[in-house]
Amino acid sequence: MSPVVPENAAGGGETDMSPASGDTEELLSVRDLVVGFATGREYVDAVRGVSFQIGRGQVVAIVGESGSGKSVTARSLVGLAGDGAGVRAEELAFDGLDLRQVRGRRWRALRGRRIGFVLQDALGSLDPLRRVGAEVAEPLREHRIVPAGETGAEVVRLLGSAGVPLPESRARQYSHEMSGGLRQRALIASALAARPDLLIADEPTTALDATVQRQVLRLLRDRADNGTAILLISHDLGVVAEIADHVYVMKDGRFVENGPARMVLRTPSHPYTRILVAAALGQGRGPARGGDAAPAGPDPDPGRVVLRADGLVKRYRLPGRGAFTAVDEVSVEVRAGETLGIVGESGSGKTTVGRLLLGLVAPDAGRVEVNGRLWNELRGPERRTARRRVQMIYQHPLASFDPRYTARQLLEEPLRAERVPGAERARRVAELLEHVGLGDEVLRRRARELSGGQRQRLAIARALAPRPDVIICDEPVSALDASIQAQVLDVLADVQERLGVAYVFISHDLGVIRRISHEVVVMKDGRVVESGDIRKVFEAPEHQYTKALLDAVPRLHGAGPAGAQAILNPR
Amino acid sequence: MAGVLKAPAAEAVAAGPPRRRTGPARLVLVRVAASAAVLWGAVTATFCLLQVMPGGTADVLLARSAVTPEVRDRIIAEYRLDDPLAAQYLAYLGRIARGEFGDSYVLRRPVWDAIGSQLPHTLLLVLATLLVTLVASVLLAVVSAHRRRWVRSSFSAAESLVVALPPFWLGLLLLTVFSFNLHWFPAIGSSSLSGLVLPTAALAAGPVAVMTGVLRDGLLRALEEPFVVTARSRGIGELALRLRHVLRHALLPATTLLGWIAGSLIGGAVIIEIVFSRQGIGRMVLFAVENKDMPVVIAIVLLTAAVFVLVNIAVDILVWMIDPRTREAGS
Repeated sequence: MSPVVPENAAGGGETDMSPASGDTEELLSVRDLVVGFATGREYVDAVRGVSFQIGRGQVVAIVGESGSGKSVTARSLVGLAGDGAGVRAEELAFDGLDLRQVRGRRWRALRGRRIGFVLQDALGSLDPLRRVGAEVAEPLREHRIVPAGETGAEVVRLLGSAGVPLPESRARQYSHEMSGGLRQRALIASALAARPDLLIADEPTTALDATVQRQVLRLLRDRADNGTAILLISHDLGVVAEIADHVYVMKDGRFVENGPARMVLRTPSHPYTRILVAAALGQGRGPARGGDAAPAGPDPDPGRVVLRADGLVKRYRLPGRGAFTAVDEVSVEVRAGETLGIVGESGSGKTTVGRLLLGLVAPDAGRVEVNGRLWNELRGPERRTARRRVQMIYQHPLASFDPRYTARQLLEEPLRAERVPGAERARRVAELLEHVGLGDEVLRRRARELSGGQRQRLAIARALAPRPDVIICDEPVSALDASIQAQVLDVLADVQERLGVAYVFISHDLGVIRRISHEVVVMKDGRVVESGDIRKVFEAPEHQYTKALLDAVPRLHGAGPAGAQAILNPR
Repeated sequence: MAGVLKAPAAEAVAAGPPRRRTGPARLVLVRVAASAAVLWGAVTATFCLLQVMPGGTADVLLARSAVTPEVRDRIIAEYRLDDPLAAQYLAYLGRIARGEFGDSYVLRRPVWDAIGSQLPHTLLLVLATLLVTLVASVLLAVVSAHRRRWVRSSFSAAESLVVALPPFWLGLLLLTVFSFNLHWFPAIGSSSLSGLVLPTAALAAGPVAVMTGVLRDGLLRALEEPFVVTARSRGIGELALRLRHVLRHALLPATTLLGWIAGSLIGGAVIIEIVFSRQGIGRMVLFAVENKDMPVVIAIVLLTAAVFVLVNIAVDILVWMIDPRTREAGS
């Protein structure tokens, strides 16, 4: 994540960059934009009255978490809010043109030509069956920007100016043959091909690592300095702070705060902005649990061991000769209402431990006890019943949901498996939603229609459905925005408090582990190198490897602005 | 025909260890080797068929036709019917590999001759049907991949109805309406192009209905992909979007289906050729089976197997051309 240096945020200079002032000509003017969607019989407003302006040469950013309505706002500006979207506004003007009146063919003349649109490269924003050059050439041909004979040369020039090395040969490649950074640049080249006056970039750097991210942002800033107006959409305040002149913070379809980027960063006034600022600074972690904190929940026998593993060994045969020991003599104990964190780098064997605990993989040596019963002793119906006691949450819930199921069906499936009768089922589903803080409007939607945070909440709800003793969480928040990570961790903690369920929480992220765990196990090369109370291990690590791990995480030690820590530790 | 049957075996040997890792050439060679195995299986199956038929092999081949003892002796010599079974089998394989299908004693002419005279009629019908299937289903799918639900539902209802119609009944229906009542098209014969219209329509109806459904599903699925939003944001029209981007994605599953349809059309042609009194392999196979004319039956079985094999190779090449992502998977 790029560090935020507020001094650089406004692009230098002491002048007031607010779009309302100065001599900048307003290219885009939006007043009271409302976008609603008809889902089934209901009508939900995703955007609830936002107003903003963008002048030529300006970079304006809308920042918010997934589901805040920022992408819908962006798409409404090019008439692509989607089927069934109702777009209303007091004013929606682009360069003197009333966008509310634009229909069909006239949209097409605007799209690409006057307003370019860059989507996040979520593996497929470029047509995978066409060469990258053909994709970049499409707006050129569509809007007849250059004579047909010069299209090829123009594509190469565009790719080159978007920072794609060897543009001649890259143009002949397919998107799957390119890295994420190159694909994103090709997308930008394609959006800029027809030299639009306004470029809308929706999460243009989310999938990229820090250095590539910076290059892409520099490219966008460079376009703005050449007169293109840019609307940047992001969940990450740190990203937009690098290049934005003016920032709008969006939450639940409304702007909660706006101002010049440096001001928003330095003196955030809305609590939500403070969370985003803190997340951008890498401080979004609460206090560690553990210590004297008693196990949570209403369990009649707190501290009861619900899951125990003894001397687990798992070897995998390697192609050719030899074997690889993925898990070597690992013993863990999980008590009701407690969280056991398993931390380690990728390849340390932590996921395999999770699979062994779930009984999905049989150990080569050692044993796993669920509520005092051994996994390998259980057969048939008994084993299936025991399965309900141990549930699982994955990093990518989307892949673990049947895409054809609605949220209601996903939640009802485990209840049906237990033969819970119909009326009772509805009550249990409502209860599950309440536990994870989801409204019942999600029940009709399919997983694809939910935001990342909502999906993970749904995954938690589904894991809770059979009333398990233990939930094994494998990197459950690693794919989420920082601010949503915090929310999902809160949900997990809250559920534990209420229901007394135990967690085995697997993560590479020490900050997350520290926040959620009572006890921790540090793994390296399949072995446990250190274990114990979370505070003890993190504050006084004994093993060299644990010390090295903790040292590699600057944000746990590095001091952010004094305010951030205070803001984030209200509880 | 000889070329078709000989080529795989020859090339499979010539291929040896592949020199190139990617490219259509390697794909074809791998496929050809697999195809050779399929054809060998088909040849072996026909050999077994000859063995299990009641009566001596020479009698089976003669199909109770009255012939002179010299002809009979020649058959025994050619097929080495007095030798042990293994030698007979090798001789049989050799004959087929050389493209020698012998004579039909029912038709009193070489099998090749008989097939050669009928094959063009059937091929014309099959190719016309394939073309109509492809064009009509793409058009119908693009038109029916509509966002309004009732449009999609009415199309898929019509498709179910058509799939449920037996081709012979549809053929008779078309004949009654367009030939006997309206006199638009000739009722019989395979000489004129206008005589091709009704048989093609009857044979293509089912495949068109099935393909349209598959293509439409593919189109609708592809229309939800993120690249569609990108393409729309460039200002391209809905028709261009469907033709340039989305259709290609929908064609992938449809290509595999088309391969299966192409192979099965030979069988489907039998009924249509009878209903419309057309010349062709279909009539021939019916006649041959009725008269237990084994040399012809064997040749047609092998011909059908060869067509299936070729169509499958064609499908693989098509998929290779449509989807760049499969090009590395093959290596």
